[in-house]
Amino acid sequence: MDILLNSGSILVIIAAVVGLFMAWGIGANDVANAMGTSVGSKALTIKQAIIIAMVFEFAGAYLAGGEVTSTIRKGIIDASFFVDSPELLVFGMISALFAAATWLLIASALGWPVSTTHSIVGAIVGFAAVGVSPDAVEWSKVGGIVGSWIITPLISGVIAFLIFNSAQKLIFDTDKPLQQAKRWVPLYMFLAGFVLALVTIKKGLKHLDLHIGNVDGYIYAAITAVVVAIIGKFFINRLKFDESAALKTHYANVEKVFAVLMIVTACAMAFAHGSNDVANAIGPLAAVVSIVDNGGQIAAKSAIAWWILPLGGFGIVAGLAIFGHKVMATIGTGITHLTPSRGFAAELAAACTVVISSGAGLPISTTQTLVGAVLGVGMARGIAAINLGVVRNIVVSWVITLPVGAGLSILFFWVMQATFT
Amino acid sequence: MKNNWKPTMSRNSILGVFAKSPIKPLEKHIQLVVKCSNQLIPFFVACNEQNWSEAAKVRRKISKLEQDADVLKRQLRLELPGGLFMPVDRADLLELLTQQDKIANRAKDIAGRILGRKLEFPVSLQEQFNAYLARCIEATDKAAEAINELDDLLETGFRGREVELVEKMIDQLDEIEDDTDIMQINLRKNLLVLESELNPVDVMFLYQIIDWVGDLADLAERVGARLEILLARK
Repeated sequence: MDILLNSGSILVIIAAVVGLFMAWGIGANDVANAMGTSVGSKALTIKQAIIIAMVFEFAGAYLAGGEVTSTIRKGIIDASFFVDSPELLVFGMISALFAAATWLLIASALGWPVSTTHSIVGAIVGFAAVGVSPDAVEWSKVGGIVGSWIITPLISGVIAFLIFNSAQKLIFDTDKPLQQAKRWVPLYMFLAGFVLALVTIKKGLKHLDLHIGNVDGYIYAAITAVVVAIIGKFFINRLKFDESAALKTHYANVEKVFAVLMIVTACAMAFAHGSNDVANAIGPLAAVVSIVDNGGQIAAKSAIAWWILPLGGFGIVAGLAIFGHKVMATIGTGITHLTPSRGFAAELAAACTVVISSGAGLPISTTQTLVGAVLGVGMARGIAAINLGVVRNIVVSWVITLPVGAGLSILFFWVMQATFT
Repeated sequence: MKNNWKPTMSRNSILGVFAKSPIKPLEKHIQLVVKCSNQLIPFFVACNEQNWSEAAKVRRKISKLEQDADVLKRQLRLELPGGLFMPVDRADLLELLTQQDKIANRAKDIAGRILGRKLEFPVSLQEQFNAYLARCIEATDKAAEAINELDDLLETGFRGREVELVEKMIDQLDEIEDDTDIMQINLRKNLLVLESELNPVDVMFLYQIIDWVGDLADLAERVGARLEILLARK
């Protein structure tokens, strides 16, 4: 107990530094996955992608990152178990951050596609279950989180399948695909704007103390979505189409319209990623700050300190700015056989799934959700070739990350315990 | 540093999921093949004029195009490992590629055989033969046209209007092939009449050339049939 009073601020600073580092790592590496499809299908240049990512990652983290942060902070661990020894929870959360950040660093260097979400959840469960006691873990909640990792890629795949098929019916399999594209693409923009705005208003803005009524929420979301669609329509109308191209390749002009849509879905994807993944960096930090601020009491209801979400957002943006362009550049130069009409379906489905999960407080993996969406489009016969070997690697990395994150976390936990007590 | 980054990042990012599309290379392959078969027209023009040096030049061109197609074929096969999830069946795609490639091989055989023996069609048959050759080559052009729709087929998820369009092309291809069969029968009939005036060994080879030129249309039709099977699966 004394340790928290004597070295409380040092512990907070340590947690903040590691949390910032973790956020930086997410920005430097993980964002590439969120923005990759847009850059890969040539809908965005690298520069545009980075600017969009900076703005919307921060917005997503700040406006809609609260619920997941709460889950990471206090949803996985049974707080009542630590009433007599809150310092163990502080050590544990810092160890978990250390472990996840270290694993992210190692995996990035080796080129393994790990999930930051899996590493932090594995790490928190690890220190609590082994370092403290298996009873310290809220196993039912952990079960729900792990279950969501299996279900969300499936849901996102089904949504992507439906979105892609709807685009086929409404646009591609018609007499005048270009006119149809001009007519229907703003609707998809509306959909993206509506889902994002609604989740933000309903779930995200809690910590800003804005009280928006139930019906009002839907109205504001719809207004936002209409604005998005109108702006999109404006840019579509400004497109210049190559008439001669229309004769040779029917769909080149249609893809141009979808490229505009992909800018919107890229924003959505960055927003969704920020809303879900910021928690991986700042959830444990929020837990540490809350315990230290309350002088060792584990307050179940305290709000997240005001500076934590922006710190996470800042960390992600810094990672992007300093390192992200390198990662993006490798994507930009790699040839991806992906056209905007496929990319948008995958991105829109993944962004909606992720942002809804964020609203529900579920820490899911953005990458896995996107892979699920890509497979959904593939099922609809939309993608020339999907490398199932790479999909398998991603799934394997997912499974491996849990025990590795847990193991590292336990190790750091013991070291911290020995150092401070 | 830069070299270290590339493989690392592509494995680390979701884009590794997207494998190289076989569709553009497949289209490029048939374009090469058809360019190769089309060279038979200037080749026979040179032969009929008994301009053997020009004919040899065209034959080298044909041979080069056939080799290029071969290289592309091998490359495509290597780039299509198992474990790819594609909208079309992998075996069907590889079979289609094999059929496409046979057209170029046949064109090379024809040019080689003619040049090797300095074989000449009787003047009275030349016009009829040229028409037959042109029609057979038209069949290969039609097959290429259908294959070139593959990228649009991908855009439409291999269904709907685009499939109907391709099926129409395949029907036209079948019609051309039927045509070439009739032309071949007539050509053989007319050659039969002239047989006694010609060198018997030459006649044997003339029949073979007629057969082989007909093969071009047959193979083109088979490309269309493979494409149809490819579309019908799933």
